[in-house]
Amino acid sequence: MNSALLTLITFAPLVGAILVLLPLGKWLGWSKEREEKLIKQGSIIYSLLPLGLSIALWFAYNKAGAGFQFEVNAPWIAVLNINYHLGVDGLSVPLVFLTTFLTALGIWYSSRAIKVRVREFFFLFFLLEMGMLGVFVSLDLVLFYVFWEIGLVPMYFLIGIWGQPKDRPQYSAIKFFLYTLAGSVFMLLAIIAIYLSSGTFDIVEAARLQPFAGNTLAASLAFWAFFIAFAIKVPSWPLHTWLPDAHTAAPTAGSVILAGVMLKLGAYGIIRIALPIFPETMKRYGLIIVILGVISIIYGALVSMAQWDLKRLIAYSSVSHMGYVLLGVGSAALAVGVADQVESSTMALNGAALTMFNHGISTGALFFLVGIIYERAHLRDLKMFGGLSGKTPYYYGLFAVTAFASLGLPGLAGFWGEFFVFRGAFDIVTFWAIVGVIGIILTAAYILWKMIQYMFLGPYDPTKIEHWTDPVTGVEEHAPMDVAPFEKITLWPLVFFMVLLGVLPAILLTFFNPTFLSLMSGFVGK
Amino acid sequence: MNLSDLVFILPEISLLLTAVLIFALDLIDREGRRRESLPYIALAGLGVAALRLIPALNALAGEASGAHYVTGMLVVDSFAIFLKALAIMGVALVILIAIPYLRGRTPYPGEFYALLLIATLAICLAVGSANLMMVYLSMEFLSITSYVLAGYLREDKKSGEAAIKYFLYGSTASAIMLFGMSLLFGATGSLGLSDISAALSFAGPSELVWLTIPALILLLVGFGFKASLVPFHQWVPDTYEGAPTPITTFLSTVSKAAGFAILMRVFTMAMGWAQPQWVAILTAVAVLTMTIGNLAALRQTNIKRMLAYSSIAQAGYILIGVAAVLAAPDQTFTGYNGVLFYLFAYLFTNVGAFAVVTAIETVTGSAELESYAGLVRRAPWLAVLLFLFLISLAGIPPTGGFLGKFFVFGAAIQQQMWALVIIAAINSVVAAFYYLNVVRYMFFMPLPEDSTPIAVAAPLAGAILLAGAVTLLLGLIPGPVINWAGESAQSLLSFLR
Repeated sequence: MNSALLTLITFAPLVGAILVLLPLGKWLGWSKEREEKLIKQGSIIYSLLPLGLSIALWFAYNKAGAGFQFEVNAPWIAVLNINYHLGVDGLSVPLVFLTTFLTALGIWYSSRAIKVRVREFFFLFFLLEMGMLGVFVSLDLVLFYVFWEIGLVPMYFLIGIWGQPKDRPQYSAIKFFLYTLAGSVFMLLAIIAIYLSSGTFDIVEAARLQPFAGNTLAASLAFWAFFIAFAIKVPSWPLHTWLPDAHTAAPTAGSVILAGVMLKLGAYGIIRIALPIFPETMKRYGLIIVILGVISIIYGALVSMAQWDLKRLIAYSSVSHMGYVLLGVGSAALAVGVADQVESSTMALNGAALTMFNHGISTGALFFLVGIIYERAHLRDLKMFGGLSGKTPYYYGLFAVTAFASLGLPGLAGFWGEFFVFRGAFDIVTFWAIVGVIGIILTAAYILWKMIQYMFLGPYDPTKIEHWTDPVTGVEEHAPMDVAPFEKITLWPLVFFMVLLGVLPAILLTFFNPTFLSLMSGFVGK
Repeated sequence: MNLSDLVFILPEISLLLTAVLIFALDLIDREGRRRESLPYIALAGLGVAALRLIPALNALAGEASGAHYVTGMLVVDSFAIFLKALAIMGVALVILIAIPYLRGRTPYPGEFYALLLIATLAICLAVGSANLMMVYLSMEFLSITSYVLAGYLREDKKSGEAAIKYFLYGSTASAIMLFGMSLLFGATGSLGLSDISAALSFAGPSELVWLTIPALILLLVGFGFKASLVPFHQWVPDTYEGAPTPITTFLSTVSKAAGFAILMRVFTMAMGWAQPQWVAILTAVAVLTMTIGNLAALRQTNIKRMLAYSSIAQAGYILIGVAAVLAAPDQTFTGYNGVLFYLFAYLFTNVGAFAVVTAIETVTGSAELESYAGLVRRAPWLAVLLFLFLISLAGIPPTGGFLGKFFVFGAAIQQQMWALVIIAAINSVVAAFYYLNVVRYMFFMPLPEDSTPIAVAAPLAGAILLAGAVTLLLGLIPGPVINWAGESAQSLLSFLR
C-alpha cells in the first residue's frame, strides 16, 4: 500500500478521465441531458477519490522522517536509465493536497457552470489533474518533464474551447502553450546535459552528484535553462505576459487551477530541481532572482492597480504574489553554504512555500468569486459595479474575507507566507527586502481601493447593469441575486482554510520546516 | 554469389515475385472480379518479405564482421535490415490507406499495388548498396517508380503536375549525383564503398584528395533530394499536394527514410575519413532545412502543403542525428541510433497524419484547413488521433516524436553543437504553432452547418489506429525499439572507429 499510494493518487484521475469518455448514455439508451447529468455527478463523486487519497497521504506522511517517503523506483526506459521514480517530501505533500482539493472544487463548480461540450471538459480536467500531480511526485527528470508537458495540453484546450469569445480564447490558449513550451524545450536540453554530465536522470542522484562540477559555464547554462522554464510558469516579470491573457480567457475553474496550482509548478521546480542540483550556481545568480522577485512584486501590484477588468486585476496580482515566492527562494539561494544563515534561509523557503499554498487557496477563491459575479452580470468591468454590499451581502462577506486573506491581513492565511519571506530575506538581502515590503502597501491599495471600493461600496446604480442572470434558474432579473447554495459549497471550504491556516500556520510549517532545514543545512560544509 | 547467399536476399525475392504475381493477376482478370483482393495479396507479400528478414538477421550472427556481402554489390547488415523492415511496415500502411482512396479515382488499381511493391524492392536494394553503381541504379529504380506513382491519377491535372515536377527535379538531381560519383571513381578507380575509403585513406594526401569535397557536395544533391533537405526541396510542396495522398505518404516517410539511409551508408562507409567535412556541411544543411521548412509551413492553409513543409523541417531534425554522429563505444547517444529511432517514430506518426487527411479528403474532397473546422464534432476519433500525430510531430510527450527529438538533441548536446541544438529548440517551438493551428481548427472552431459525419473505410481505420497505437506506445514503452535502433546503428558506426 505504501509504495503504491503515489501511483494511485497520480493515475486515479486518468482512470476518471477514461470513465468520463465511456459512452454510457449510448449503451443505456439515455438522452443526452441525462447522460451529461451522469457525467457531472459521476465526476464530482470521482474527484473525491484523489482528494481522499491525498488526505490519506497527508496523515500517513511521517513529518519527522528525513528524505523522500512513499518512494517507488522502477526502471521505465532501462536503456537510458530513466526510472519511474516517485516520492514525496514535506514540500510536495501539501501541494498534492492543494491540487486534488482545488480540482474537486473546480469540478463541483463546473458541474453547474459548464453547459457545452460537457464530456470533453471533465475528461480534460481529470487529465490536467494527473499532469499536475505527476509533476509534484516525480523524482526523475524525464518523468517530471513528461508530466509537465501533459499538464500543458489540457489547459490549452480548456482555455481555447470554454473561453469567452470576447476574451480571444484561441489567441490566449496558443500564447500560453508556446510560452510554456519555449521554456520547457530548453529545460529538456538541460535535462539531457545533466544526464551526459552525471549519468543519471534521477533528481535525488543528480543533487548528490552535483553535475558540471568545475565547469562554471555549462552549469550556468543548464541552470538558466531550468530557471527560465520555471520563471515562465511562475510567472516572473518579464516573462509574465501570457498570464493575464490566459487567465482572462480561461473558464472559471480553469483560472482557479491555473492560478491555484499551475503557477506553483514553476516555483516547485525551482525548489525541487534548480536549488538542490545547482546550489552554487543558483547562489551566484541569487541576487538576480531576488531582484526579479522584487520587480514582480512591485510591478505586478502597480499594474493590478491600473486594471479595470476584475479578472485581469487578479491575474496581475498573481504576478505580484508569486514575486514573494521568488524573493524567498532567491534569498535562500544566496544563503547556500553559509552556516549562520541556515535558519533565515529556511524561514525564507518556509515563507515561499506557505505563500504558494495560501496563494492557491485565496486566489483560487478570488477566481471563483469572479466567476460567480460574471455568471450574473456577464461582464467584469469594475466601473460597472458599485454598491453591491447592500444587494448581495453574503457575497460581499465572502469576497471581503478572501480579499483580506490575499492582502496578508494577520489572522488570515496570506499573512504568514509574507511574514516568513520577509523575516528570512531581511537577514540575507536587507535592502531588497525593504524594497519588497512596499509591495504589501500596494497590494492593500489595489485590493481595498480597486476591488472592494469599486465593487461593493458607494451607492448601487440599477441603470448600470439592467439584466442580471440567476445562476440557478437562468432567468433574467433586474437586481443581482446573492450567492446560491452550490456556490456557497464551493467557497466555504476555501474560507475555512484561509482562517485555519491564518490561526494555525503550524499545520503547514510542520511539513515545510524539517524539509527545508535539512535541505539548507545539507549545503553547509560541502 | 552462391546458394548460401539466398537467405539474405529472400525478402527482396519475395517482393519481386509478389509484384509479378499482381501484374499477372491484373492482366488475366479482364472483368476485374478479383481486383478487390489485389491489395491483400500485396500485403501478404509484404508480410512474407518481413518474415524472411528474421532468418537473414539470424544468419548475420554467424558473420564475424556483422555484415554479409552478396557479390560485393549488396551488403546485408543490421542497419539495412532495420530500414527494410521500416520500409515494409510503411508500405503496408500505405496500401491500407490506398484501398479506399483509389476507389472511384482510378480504374487500374492493380498496377498501383504492384508498383508500390517494386518501389519497396528498390528501397531494400538501395539501403543495402555497397557499391556506387548499385546506389545509383537502385535510387533511379526507386525514383522512376515514384514518378509513375505520383502521376497515377491520369484524369487529375494536379497529379500530372506533381509527377512532372518530381521528374524534372529528380532527374537533374540524379545527374548531378552521378557526376559526383564519377569524381570519386576518377580519384580512386573503384566503385565499392569500402574500396573508395581504403583508396583515399591509404593514399594519404594524394593530389586527387581535393576532389572529395566537391564529390561530397554533389552526392548530397542526390541524397538530399530524396530526403527533401534544403536546398533540394523545391519539388516537395507541389508534389506532395498533387500526388495521390497514399503516394504523398509514401514519399514523405518511406522514401525519405531511404534517402537518409543511403546518405548515412555512403558517407560513413566511403568517406568516413572526411567526417569533419561532411559533419560541417550537414550541420549547415540541417539548420537551413528545419528553419526554412518551419517558416514556410507557418503560412500554409492547405494541410497537405503544411505537412509537406513540416516533413522538410522534420528532415532537418533527423539530419541533426547524422551530423552529431559519435562512434565511440558504449554511448547512449550515438547520433545514428537517434536517426533510426526518429525515422521509426516519424514513419508511423506521419503515415497516421496523412491517413487522417486521406479519410477527410475522401469525404469532403478538400485538404484545406477550413474543412477541418469543428472536426471533433463530426469525427471525434479522427480529430483525437490527428491531434496525437500532430503533437508527436511537435515533439511533445508522451509520444514517439518526443523521444526521437530527445535522441537527436541528446547527440547534439553530447557533441557540444550548441548553436545547432539551440536553433533546433527554437524551431520546435515555432513548429508547435502551426501544428496547433490545425488543432485550433479541429477543436475550437464551430462546425459548418451543412456537414455530415465522416465514415472511414475499415482498412483506412485500421491503418490510423495502428499508427496511433505505435505512436503512443513509442512514447510509453520505447525500450525495444531503442535497443533495436541502437544495435542496428552499430553496424555503420564501426566504420567510423
